This record gives sequence, C-alpha cells and structure tokens, in this order.
Amino acid sequence: MAASNRPLSPHLQIYRPQMTSVLSILHRIAGVGLGLGALLLVYWVVAAAAGPDRFAAAQALTGSWFGTLILFGFSVALFFHLANGVRHLFWDAGYGFELRSAYASGVAVLVLTVALTAIAWIAGLLVLGGGR
Amino acid sequence: MSMRTPLGRVRGLGSAKEGVGHWWAQRLTAVALVPLLVWFVASLVEMAGADYAHVVAWIAEPPVAVLLALLFVAGFYHLALGLQVVIEDYVHTEPARLVSLIVVRFGCWALAVAAIFSVLKIAFRG
Repeated sequence: MAASNRPLSPHLQIYRPQMTSVLSILHRIAGVGLGLGALLLVYWVVAAAAGPDRFAAAQALTGSWFGTLILFGFSVALFFHLANGVRHLFWDAGYGFELRSAYASGVAVLVLTVALTAIAWIAGLLVLGGGR
Repeated sequence: MSMRTPLGRVRGLGSAKEGVGHWWAQRLTAVALVPLLVWFVASLVEMAGADYAHVVAWIAEPPVAVLLALLFVAGFYHLALGLQVVIEDYVHTEPARLVSLIVVRFGCWALAVAAIFSVLKIAFRG
C-alpha cells in the first residue's frame, strides 16, 4: 500500500498534442514574449523623449539585422496573441465551443497570423522603398 | 443546490464578490487593446524608416499622445494580469512566488509610467 505505487492522474506529456492545446500554450508563450517586447517599445519611446542622439541609437538597434529579427518575432507574437485573443473573447461570450468550431477558429488564427505578419512587413518594406 | 462546502457555510465564509475582478479586467483591457494595437501597428508601418523629427512630430499630435497613453495603460495592465497568472501557475515555492509577483507588478507600473511620461514630455515640449 505504498503511496508511491498508486497511479497518478495523467499529466500533459501523456496526451498527444492537439491544435487546441498547442494554440493554448502558444498563446501564453506569445504573451510572455510580448512582455519582453514591451521593454523594447518603452526603450523606443523613452529614447524619442531623450533627444535625437538617443533616438538614433535606438533606430540603429532596431535597424540592425538582429534588431529586425527581434522585431519580426515580436510582430508574429503580437498578431498571433491578438488573433487568438479575439478567439478567446468569443469563447468568453459563449460562442464557438463545438469541437469543429474550435478547430476551424484555430486554423483561422494561424492563417490570420501569417497573413497579417506578411501584410505588415510587405507594407513596411514598400514604405521604406518609397523613400521618406 | 449550493456548491459551497458545509464547513464553509457554517463558518459564514463565502464569496467576497471580487472573484471575477481579475478575469473581467483582463477581458476589458483585451477589448481595448484590439483597436489600439491595430492603430499602433498600422502607424508604425506607415512610419517605417522615418527620422527623429517625423516620429517626434507624430507622437506630439494630441490624439496620438492620448491614444499612446491609453495603449500603455491598457497594455501594461493586461501584461501585469497575464504574468500574474503565469507565475501563480508555475512558481510554487513561496519566497520566489511572492517576490516574482511583486517584481511583475512594480515592473509593469514603472514601465508604464516611464512610457507615458516620455509621451507627455514630447507632447508638451512641442
């Protein structure tokens, strides 16, 4: 009757990853990532308030290849968390709980994330190309 | 049928009527952040590669300054609530849990105030 021999209730690693559970944990990871990204955003606006030199330093950071990579990751996390957040709001209002709807909205979130990220970066590059 | 335990009922303990407060604040800030973020990201894209004078002139516009302040208030409130839940779920040892909860709250307040102060400084400097 050793307590250690008793069966434990199944935990996360027992289950096959599913769209619903994977998007759920990604939502949380993206949220934490956006918290880190918020540091960059505050740095940007504080630098703007500090004057042209500090702002130029901030621009140099975000304009470098590493800064651009961080910005890109930040934008993916933002669009995903935004789209999936709206999905959560619909659930909170009592809609979309059926398994089929939950999967369909999950696919929609992924498609939207890719589409919005592509639109934002293509538009940004077009503005850059236009010269300003 | 009551969901409360007999012991709880006998002690007279029950809802403090605040249980929904955290949940509701997270949703309220989420709803506010949807239009604010769409506006902010679209503005950033439009200003890709803009120089210092352009960016500062944009921030100084009164509607922009107000919307930016709202974005920082809603954003950091939402972040504080979200990180609090993450800590409560994953940090189980007591000193670490309390300390990280305090650090998150203080950090979010500090960042929000720094960001809003910067916006106001630019807006009032003209």
